[in-house]
Amino acid sequence: MRKYIKGMFLGLVLLFLYLPIFILAVYSFTDATNIGAIRGFSLHNYVTLFTTPELLGMIGGTILLALGAAFLATLLGTMGAIGAFYSKKKTTKVISTMNQVPVVNADVVTGFSLCILLVVVLGVSKDTFVPLVVGHVILCAPFVYLSVMPKIRQMDPSIYEAALDLGATPFVALIQIVIPQILPGIISGFALAVTLSLDDYFVATYTKPATFDTISTYVVNATKGAQTTIKTALWALSTVIFLIVLVLVAVMNLRANKNGSERVDA
Amino acid sequence: MGTSENIIELKHITRTYEDGFSAVEDFNLEVKRGEFVTFLGPSGCGKTTTLRMIAGFDIPTSGEILLNGKPITNLPPNKRPINTVFQRYALFPHMNIFENIAFGLKQKKTPKDVIEKKVKKVLALVDLEGFENRSVSTLSGGQQQRIAIARALVNEPEILLLDEPLGALDLKMRKEMQIELKAMHDELGITFIYVTHDQEEALTMSDKIVVMSEGKMQQIGTPEDIYNEPKNAFVADFIGESNIFNGIMTGKLKARFCGGEFECVDDIEQGTHITAVVRPEDVELTPPGQGIISGVVDSVIFKGMHYEITVVSGKNEMVIQSVKSAAPGERVGMKVDPQNIHIMIAEDHTNIFSADINQDFHLEYNGHILDTSVTKIIKGSRRTEDGTLLDAHGEVIDPKKTKIMVSIQPSDIHMTDNMEEGIVQGYISNLIYKGDHYSYVIHTDLEQDFIVNDEYLWNMDDQVGLLMPVDKMKFALKR
Repeated sequence: MRKYIKGMFLGLVLLFLYLPIFILAVYSFTDATNIGAIRGFSLHNYVTLFTTPELLGMIGGTILLALGAAFLATLLGTMGAIGAFYSKKKTTKVISTMNQVPVVNADVVTGFSLCILLVVVLGVSKDTFVPLVVGHVILCAPFVYLSVMPKIRQMDPSIYEAALDLGATPFVALIQIVIPQILPGIISGFALAVTLSLDDYFVATYTKPATFDTISTYVVNATKGAQTTIKTALWALSTVIFLIVLVLVAVMNLRANKNGSERVDA
Repeated sequence: MGTSENIIELKHITRTYEDGFSAVEDFNLEVKRGEFVTFLGPSGCGKTTTLRMIAGFDIPTSGEILLNGKPITNLPPNKRPINTVFQRYALFPHMNIFENIAFGLKQKKTPKDVIEKKVKKVLALVDLEGFENRSVSTLSGGQQQRIAIARALVNEPEILLLDEPLGALDLKMRKEMQIELKAMHDELGITFIYVTHDQEEALTMSDKIVVMSEGKMQQIGTPEDIYNEPKNAFVADFIGESNIFNGIMTGKLKARFCGGEFECVDDIEQGTHITAVVRPEDVELTPPGQGIISGVVDSVIFKGMHYEITVVSGKNEMVIQSVKSAAPGERVGMKVDPQNIHIMIAEDHTNIFSADINQDFHLEYNGHILDTSVTKIIKGSRRTEDGTLLDAHGEVIDPKKTKIMVSIQPSDIHMTDNMEEGIVQGYISNLIYKGDHYSYVIHTDLEQDFIVNDEYLWNMDDQVGLLMPVDKMKFALKR
């Protein structure tokens, strides 16, 4: 009996998690204009999604921004983590604590204060994309730092010294010895940064050029607007994003399992 | 013994950290080309720090390091013709064995065919032919250690540094590697500087041993010198097992310790306080009454090669290694051949510290008032009616500029678990058993070392308060 209750509880939780997305996915394949009235199967939402230049441009721009910002954030976060690790204990502590603040801080505060600093105080135009990119780099870099730091700590600290001892310059030792050791941390930091940038709404609204939209800002604006075809096309977009995420998670889990079993064999 | 023979010289090397802790203090060493030198000492004695300064990972706060007579004190590690074998091997996990060994040669832009030849040769030297394409993780600890040695040796360094390289191996493997390392040293003629806390390892392998404690060199010499003629109680205690006693010279070549008068071969003036060292294997058991001293067997432990017998004689305790067993409770005599008694002039263990005179003209140390009169300490001084302190010549003594040196004997200080009760607090950083009492070194929170004698056993690193009776203190004015 207890087993059934357990199973039911789990089922209920999963239902709450997945039902909304499922409903959206179902409606995306209909010609309904509102949730509630199903009229018939249709792919017109997907046709609109992949043929409207405005939508395609917005999606492309969002992805480009995410990759670019993630690249810069990975560079900065990794350098920061390596630098902090090889600093004096006190310095490391200060840097790590300061790194925590943007992580915990509300995005709306980050976005708003950045807008004030760059646009109002320094007079940088939003149209240059500089505030937006800087904003996303600031958003992501602390997370990269957090995912790289444990890998550096796990690394045997004497292998860097061993490289120097064998005649390598500090730069060669960093590139050929330290970076390969912490690469898994750098990669997962990059992936995290891409996701964060794609997810972000607040920083983007405060720092983006008026003519540019990320998926998040676009969706928020579109759902407020009256353009029904675009609105329903976004159901399709949500479904596509969900499927991509689903595939990615499945692949990542499979790979993790494979690595895990390999390690057991060794 | 010309300077040209010395491959490396350390001159007055000191390494002090920002918190004021000195890992190495005024360290001097000359190593000759081709020597096998071992730094031996307990953990935290500064041996690894010294090695790291030779490698270039650490820079001395002061002093100079000369390689072939040229200063290299501030040269980065990658510019030194010195290679290191690390404690935990430090192989590069993402490279295979060939790439690991070739790494150093590649940095020097050695041609590919030469690299291949050299790697092959060095792999043969460490008995791991054909391991080129193996990955690091498939190797056992012993094999990884051999690769680490090969990786260092392939660069043909002038000096090979080894930082406790065998510490992570099991006993059998360690013994094998000791012999192999020694053979490699003899074959290659490279200077080896070896760091270990294992005295047996040091005695087996080295041409010269440097015994270190608390950042200072205690003794340097051949393994035989160090074992047979330890310079002080620390070295005697650290190298091999020892019975250590406080005693006094009672005549020409005669010393009294452990409740008996022994003949010895060290000619020290009569009446000198001494420390006597007797190795457990040098004590001979005799029928009661026929030895120099006698006692009752307290315990007998079978150790395979011999029995370890502890005999209590009066207030003293003697540990004996003998091939013959004895029964606990049995009365026995003991004698020692004069050749086997090592006598050292006792170091003066008087503790000296400085105390302040506070505004109320009381003596103060670590926030505690020492209940004594300042005017009694400073001869001829007196207090005037307005409260100032005048010395014998009638001149004003400024309490802020005056310090009083306080001295107290080790046996007059007592330890207490009740920290607050003590005049100063610290932890036990060292202890040596001296026959009828323990001699402790207490490192206080004020960064001073106190020597305390106590007949009871306290544990290393115990936090204690020190009780010092004011009537046992001696005072002296310091200007």
